[in-house]
Amino acid sequence: MLRLPRFKYLRPKTAREAARMAADLGPRAMFVAGGTDLFPKLKRRQFEIEALIGLDFLSRSVHHGEDETVLDAGMTLAAASSNANLRANYPGYTQAAGLVSSPPLRNAGTIGGNLCVDTRCNYYDMTYEWRKAAGFCIKKDGDICLVAPSSSRCWAVSSSDTAPVAIALGALVTLAGPDAERQLPVAALYRDDGIDYLAKQPSEVVTALRLPAASETRTAYVKLRRRGSIDFPIAGCAVAMRLEGSTVTSCRIVLSAVASHPLEAPEAAEFLIGRRIDGESVKTAAEIAARPAKPLDNADLNHFWRKRMVRMVVEQALLLANDQKRGPDG
Amino acid sequence: MSEPPHPGLRPDLPAGRGREFSVIGKPLPKVDAASRVTGQAVYADDILLPRTLHCRILRSPHPHARIRSIDTSAARRIPGVQAVITGADLPVKFGILPVTQDERALEHEKVRYVGDPIAAVAATDEEIAAAACDAIAVEYEVLEPVMSIDAALANPKDERIQDYGGPNNIHKLVALEFGDVENGFERADHVREDIFFFQGNTHLPMEQHSAIATYVDGKVTLWSSTQVVHYVHRALAKVLEMPMNRIRVIGAAHGGGFGGKTDPFAHEIIVAKLAMITGRPVKCTLTREEVFYAHRGRHPVLMWMRTGVTRDGRITAMHFKSALDGGAYGSYGVASTFYTGALQTVTYDIPAYRFEGCRVFTNKPPCGPKRGHGTPQPRFAIELHLEKIARELGLDPVEMKRRNFVKPMTRTVNWLRVTSCGLDECTERVMKGSGFREREHGPGRGMGFAISSYLSGAGTAIYWNDMPHSEVQIKVDRGGVTAYCGAMDIGQGSDSVLAAVVAEELGLQPKDIRLVTADTDATPIDLGSYSSRVTFMAGNAALEAARKMRALLVEAVEATGRRIDEVSFEEASMLAEARFGTLATAGSYTPPKIAGPYKGSGVGPSPAYSYSACVVDLDADPRTGLIHVNRIWIAHDVGRAINPLLVEGQVEGSVYMGLGEALMEEQTFRKGLHKWPSMLEYKSPTFLDMPDVETYLVETNDPEGPYGAKEAGQGPLLPVIPAVSAAVFDALGVWIDEVPITPEKIVEALRRKDKGEPARYGPQRFPDIPYPTTIKVEPPPKELDRAAAASI
Ligand SMILES: Cc1cc2nc3c(=O)[nH]c(=O)nc-3n(C[C@H](O)[C@H](O)[C@H](O)COP(=O)(O)OP(=O)(O)OC[C@H]3O[C@@H](n4cnc5c(N)ncnc54)[C@H](O)[C@@H]3O)c2cc1C
Ligand code: SF4
Repeated sequence: MLRLPRFKYLRPKTAREAARMAADLGPRAMFVAGGTDLFPKLKRRQFEIEALIGLDFLSRSVHHGEDETVLDAGMTLAAASSNANLRANYPGYTQAAGLVSSPPLRNAGTIGGNLCVDTRCNYYDMTYEWRKAAGFCIKKDGDICLVAPSSSRCWAVSSSDTAPVAIALGALVTLAGPDAERQLPVAALYRDDGIDYLAKQPSEVVTALRLPAASETRTAYVKLRRRGSIDFPIAGCAVAMRLEGSTVTSCRIVLSAVASHPLEAPEAAEFLIGRRIDGESVKTAAEIAARPAKPLDNADLNHFWRKRMVRMVVEQALLLANDQKRGPDG
Repeated sequence: MSEPPHPGLRPDLPAGRGREFSVIGKPLPKVDAASRVTGQAVYADDILLPRTLHCRILRSPHPHARIRSIDTSAARRIPGVQAVITGADLPVKFGILPVTQDERALEHEKVRYVGDPIAAVAATDEEIAAAACDAIAVEYEVLEPVMSIDAALANPKDERIQDYGGPNNIHKLVALEFGDVENGFERADHVREDIFFFQGNTHLPMEQHSAIATYVDGKVTLWSSTQVVHYVHRALAKVLEMPMNRIRVIGAAHGGGFGGKTDPFAHEIIVAKLAMITGRPVKCTLTREEVFYAHRGRHPVLMWMRTGVTRDGRITAMHFKSALDGGAYGSYGVASTFYTGALQTVTYDIPAYRFEGCRVFTNKPPCGPKRGHGTPQPRFAIELHLEKIARELGLDPVEMKRRNFVKPMTRTVNWLRVTSCGLDECTERVMKGSGFREREHGPGRGMGFAISSYLSGAGTAIYWNDMPHSEVQIKVDRGGVTAYCGAMDIGQGSDSVLAAVVAEELGLQPKDIRLVTADTDATPIDLGSYSSRVTFMAGNAALEAARKMRALLVEAVEATGRRIDEVSFEEASMLAEARFGTLATAGSYTPPKIAGPYKGSGVGPSPAYSYSACVVDLDADPRTGLIHVNRIWIAHDVGRAINPLLVEGQVEGSVYMGLGEALMEEQTFRKGLHKWPSMLEYKSPTFLDMPDVETYLVETNDPEGPYGAKEAGQGPLLPVIPAVSAAVFDALGVWIDEVPITPEKIVEALRRKDKGEPARYGPQRFPDIPYPTTIKVEPPPKELDRAAAASI
């Protein structure tokens, strides 16, 4: 059986305390929330740590305000996806949360952990023994990329289902550091790097996700995966869009699982502004959105097919968002 | 439910003839259902004896390499390490088939796939054992790996993988001809050729392999998650160089095998050896990744076939060639090779048939038997091939297949004896249930149909002998009835079947029967849970033992001047024990000797064949190639359902597994490594991917089966896979001649169709294979001759 390595489990009572511990221990420690991403990876020795800093002090509530709705980072995906208020106001977000993995993992996995989930690659998400046999890669223990050997960077895939919707909504995260708290747009939380994929300080704890009021915003998330459950996205598209009459007045499109970070498609969104959502506009927007998507041979199914499928998920997400009844015109 | 605890014996004998059954045919829960679902069943990994040591195995990181040296000194110095062994400690070779004794528990000369075991450590805990494995230094001379059928057929760059077989990396070649094939093709109005590929896949049992051994008073005891306690017993005796009477093998509660636990495995031998060295219990539970390496799963098979038919679709001749990618060792491979050519004739009446088979060695985990052993691949090919012929001739494929169905009580051209055969009824049931003939042809929506057949137990044992294949002893005493049998319940419900048979004959209920099974010290032999043999063979053995016991009880009661139905079971048993002393009876089953008069005829014969027919209804999206299976109808001729609940479970489980193989499961390799030895990345359907299944049980009351029963555990998998592909054609007009049928392949086939190329995705060529001179075999008379009929 694969066993967890031995580690110390630290139990801070506040985010500040947790951040201080993390700052003290540096790379020898990691945060753990639901552990659904972290524990399997520890069993496979993808991280070598001496301590885990438990985040079970994080609150798990939703706070509805006038300008924003604040989700505590400790909320489980199951709770988020079934929250009636969230479902009414942010259907794209709750769809995404409800599509993560499988019911047992959504019962344990947190929304904060989902934003911070490690990037994936099927040369990397393997046991120590397998990676040793394959030859280690730059993301862990090695010095080449096995997917793109001529490249000096890591192309591991951003695989969070909720991050793209959060970005499309213009959401912020609250980060608690050792000394101060700050807010950061979710869009600025990520870097285009398979290894250092998060732009926050490693010692900062995500304590909340802040979704701006969206009573007039239509949101949708479409996820492509091989099976009806368990699987990570192999392509996904989040849309947040406003219409006046049937004309698009604002739009954000963000793709998942096609790059090392959630990939925003501003040109496609720009194209739609001032247009109606119909078969033709959707098709063109999807083509534009799919252009920069760069799936590689490091996830499920053939990457040429995955590239073609990006258009499909964009089209579907746009149509799904368009069909929602929202705001004064809905 | 308030039946009296012991309703007493019925006067009529034997049960089931001319009266209602009281247990047989009733949908009773499994005898061990409660312990299974409440976590009380004791699996091998649950067994933890005082002072148990934990074992981990160091495995090869190279697909093909010579071992120059192994240095275990650093590992031995790690505190907690109690023993380290290498191939030098276990040099004797073993293997499931007598003709391919090519495995070692630990290799010290050469490794042949990533995952080949090299050294093993017993330590006070698993982490220490793992760290010790990592500390073992092995020096390799890396050799060129052979990773495909084509590469195996070619001259090897370095040395061959195995030092037997040949030429090159060929393991086995066969060529057989039954009847006059040339003449058959001459008689044909139409001849067609096709090439198909079936990708390899694995069993994916929920429970990883696990074994724990003790060495006490000079005797080894091994508890293992195995399907074949007897063959493990033999292999242990051979490799440990100990007599069988000093080794005891016990089948622990079983968490799924599907053929993946039908070989003796390295870890079973290793823990026994480590227990002998340390004098402490030693346990090894494989990781999920190691289960992928233990494998013995579905062979990847490339197939070529040519068939001649008359204008009205009657088959005049068939020529079938297969090339199996066997992986690094023999395993069941010789049998698998024959199986790819054996059962075509059991569903369709083929008057002249030629089969050429070839298995090659490659540097991958060894392939072996998976549910359907060697027959899903050719079933996929033959069903689609006939479908294509029918469409070419403008015939209804269902009708054309039907015209060629074999008839009951016949012999096939390759000498297989067919007794009961419910093909017609199975077909009718799924046709009616699905509305196949009236289906609407919408773009993207389709239905497919296919049939199949499978053995109810192999007619010959794995090692040549004339002894029974299954034996049952029954003891009746003051406490009640105990049945002893070597049969291993792997979840299929063989314990429940034994209890049902004994209960039926003795007028009791299954829960009244105590069972002792799968323990080489305590039970008489059963060859194991493979080839769908247990219900048929252990069932017949139990029937014989139970009827003998019944006769004793009847005699004792009648000696008192009363009738058997006038006394309770307890009283009857006391009277009998007083009259005869210890009450013990035995029964056994030996399959009839019905193999044909040619070399290789041992693979294929079975005392009876099950039959299945299946319709799949699916939506296929032409833009994405994604498939959604809406519903499956399946009819299975099980002869008689001893327990319909269990049979339905087997049928639905088979459908599930078949669907997984059809749509997603594949064992693929990249740079010499298994691409995804993990349950997340190796895709197998989830609940949400499983459609509703409509199951019909067809009862043909086989003359030789216990109460007429035949197999149910494997056959229903077979038609699902071709039916999915046929439905894709129905929906989109493209042939996917390759399994699994993934969205990429569908999209590519549609692209080719749009460009005016052949509307298909599949292999383009079949390699030149140096098949030997064909052995020509005279076909038997078609109607069952007297000897064959009499042997029923
Ligand atoms: C089989 C399987 C399937 C999966 N499928 C999906 C899927 O389809 N889609 C998907 O998005 N994910 C999937 N996951 C990944 C994971 O389950 C989810 O992303 C989950 O939301 C992670 O949350 P968690 O609380 O369990 O995070 P953890 O595992 O506890 O942590 C994940 C990472 O985030 C860090 N972290 C966690 N919380 C915080 C915080 N508050 N502040 C700072 N850092 C933090 C941890 O240090 C760690 O690096 C899957 C996982 C498995 C094992
Ligand atoms: S993308 Fe390259 S470097 Fe990154 S994890 Fe995969 S193989 Fe390693």
